[in-house]
Amino acid sequence: MSAIFISSKVTKLAAVMLITFSLGACSKNAADENGGLGGAGLNGGVNGAGSQSPGSIGDFTVNVGDRVLFETDSSELTTVGQSTLDKQAQWLNRYPKYNFTVEGNADERGTREYNFALGARRSETAKNYLIARGVSASRIRTISYGKERPVAVCDNISCWSQNRRAVTVLGGAGS
Amino acid sequence: MTLIRQLFLQAAIAFISIFFLVSVSHADLNITLSGSNFQAMPIAVVDFGGDPQGVQVANVITANLKRSGVFMPLEKARFPESTVEFDSSPNFTAWKNAGAQAVLTGRVSREGAKLKAEFRLWDVTSGEQVIGQQYFTDPVSWRRVSHIISDAVYNKITGEKGFFDTRIVFVDESGPKEKRRKRLAIIDSDGAGFKALTSGENLVVTPRFSPSSQDVAYMSFADGAEPRVYVLDVATGKRDVVGSFNGMSFSPRFSPDGEKVIMSLQQGGNSNIYVMGMGSKSTTRLTSTAAIDTSPSYAPDGRQIVFESDRGGGQQIYIMGADGSGQKRVSFGSGSYSTPVWSPKGDYIAFTKQGGGRFAIGIMKPDGSGEKILSEGFHNEGPSWAPNGRYIMFFRDSGGAGGPKLHMVDINGRVDVTIPTPAYASDPAWSPLLTDLR
Repeated sequence: MSAIFISSKVTKLAAVMLITFSLGACSKNAADENGGLGGAGLNGGVNGAGSQSPGSIGDFTVNVGDRVLFETDSSELTTVGQSTLDKQAQWLNRYPKYNFTVEGNADERGTREYNFALGARRSETAKNYLIARGVSASRIRTISYGKERPVAVCDNISCWSQNRRAVTVLGGAGS
Repeated sequence: MTLIRQLFLQAAIAFISIFFLVSVSHADLNITLSGSNFQAMPIAVVDFGGDPQGVQVANVITANLKRSGVFMPLEKARFPESTVEFDSSPNFTAWKNAGAQAVLTGRVSREGAKLKAEFRLWDVTSGEQVIGQQYFTDPVSWRRVSHIISDAVYNKITGEKGFFDTRIVFVDESGPKEKRRKRLAIIDSDGAGFKALTSGENLVVTPRFSPSSQDVAYMSFADGAEPRVYVLDVATGKRDVVGSFNGMSFSPRFSPDGEKVIMSLQQGGNSNIYVMGMGSKSTTRLTSTAAIDTSPSYAPDGRQIVFESDRGGGQQIYIMGADGSGQKRVSFGSGSYSTPVWSPKGDYIAFTKQGGGRFAIGIMKPDGSGEKILSEGFHNEGPSWAPNGRYIMFFRDSGGAGGPKLHMVDINGRVDVTIPTPAYASDPAWSPLLTDLR
């Protein structure tokens, strides 16, 4: 046997055994729990008039339509989207007590980071449209959930098209 | 809090000391990874003697070497001798006849409270020891020692640095797709040792390891605030928000020295790339187009940055100087290109490619030439390089009722394996080699 058994100290590893611990208290996340999914399944403006009392959140969601949908990889408003936002602006101007959040979303057929930016672009488009229709900017907050919050789950266009959306969620803090 | 605290204590790296068992002669046992006449090396990993744990150590090493695609471990049923005395040599003629080119022998024993692990790698043809080492560590770190031995063997045979003694931080996903819990978790490079790093209350995505420490940058939602970039020290659990910006901050990545974080800031409908010094907290804007500029990644020398932008229409890959100068497009293939990540070796950029409703993972040279697709299907996304620049991990979702899982490929197209995780998993972030951390 040709090997000689020599134990020579050559290398050592750094010890990384820091025990300090300073995580802040865990905070509850309302957005995480119900991030605008209250109206899941309702397509903007498609449902007929219901028995919602005028000026209520239900009135807005059901009778006005809380969301606009977008084409693949696009943040341009469709004709239908514009007419939904027109109705939203009318309603929001009539009931100025509501602050609200426009939540931008993307479908699953894109990469995660880009879709955060795409969702932000969509919420910004809807926000600017509402502002142009007279809604005060101070009432509007925007957030993007990228592709993380699909409302429809399947592997085809019927679901993806519902997920490419900007949803107006009443009651969010204005800024 | 107690639970989380324990998780972090366990996530700390154990102390391991290494000694070399010096060989007299240097046998010529090696493999060149590139080239068309590559053949995986038949190797026999004999159960380590001594402590019963020696069998587990040998099993972890065998699985590692097999997963690398560089070695073809012999089935134990074909072994001509089931054990080899550590201080004597194997029966080379018998191993040669069994088809082994190399034999790994070892011994695990206790010295006081310490675990002692030793190994020798033998060249069957020359009958010589190629390398031998011994390690002392806490007995709970036996897996880590197994990975370090695997790295030593991989390094000796290929001439490349190893990648087994690393960890993966990723997004652990559970629950239905429309309401999925996403939290950070960590595993060893082989999927063992799962631990959650965040509670799951907040949506957390896109973790990225510092190339020089145990810091992980990621994006997290928080109650009532814009989604932001945070940095978490995996060893201690210490967490900090990165900067205070008006608008969403996302898509973070560290500079090679770990001193800076580069990321996207949302400004109206546009996303631009900024760099921020972790110490100075000073922020510099690097891109300013009416477009989505995101997924930045430094070259290993820190002098250039690759990123994606849709400034020309669809998503494409661009390169610029570290100061934002000389921005130019480098991806010109069909389809769109995103999530570019510069190899730690500098020779390739990995990316996600979309086209025809399919998502692929591929690599190209930094000038955009030499594109090679490594995995293609319904959805593949988010490449992360092993610290040796030879392997890429990403997540794959085959569609249907399932969800994403982590996969590892090598850049030569010989390896495609699933890295086991307890639930669905996405956004893998590969740590530096733990033995490189000081």
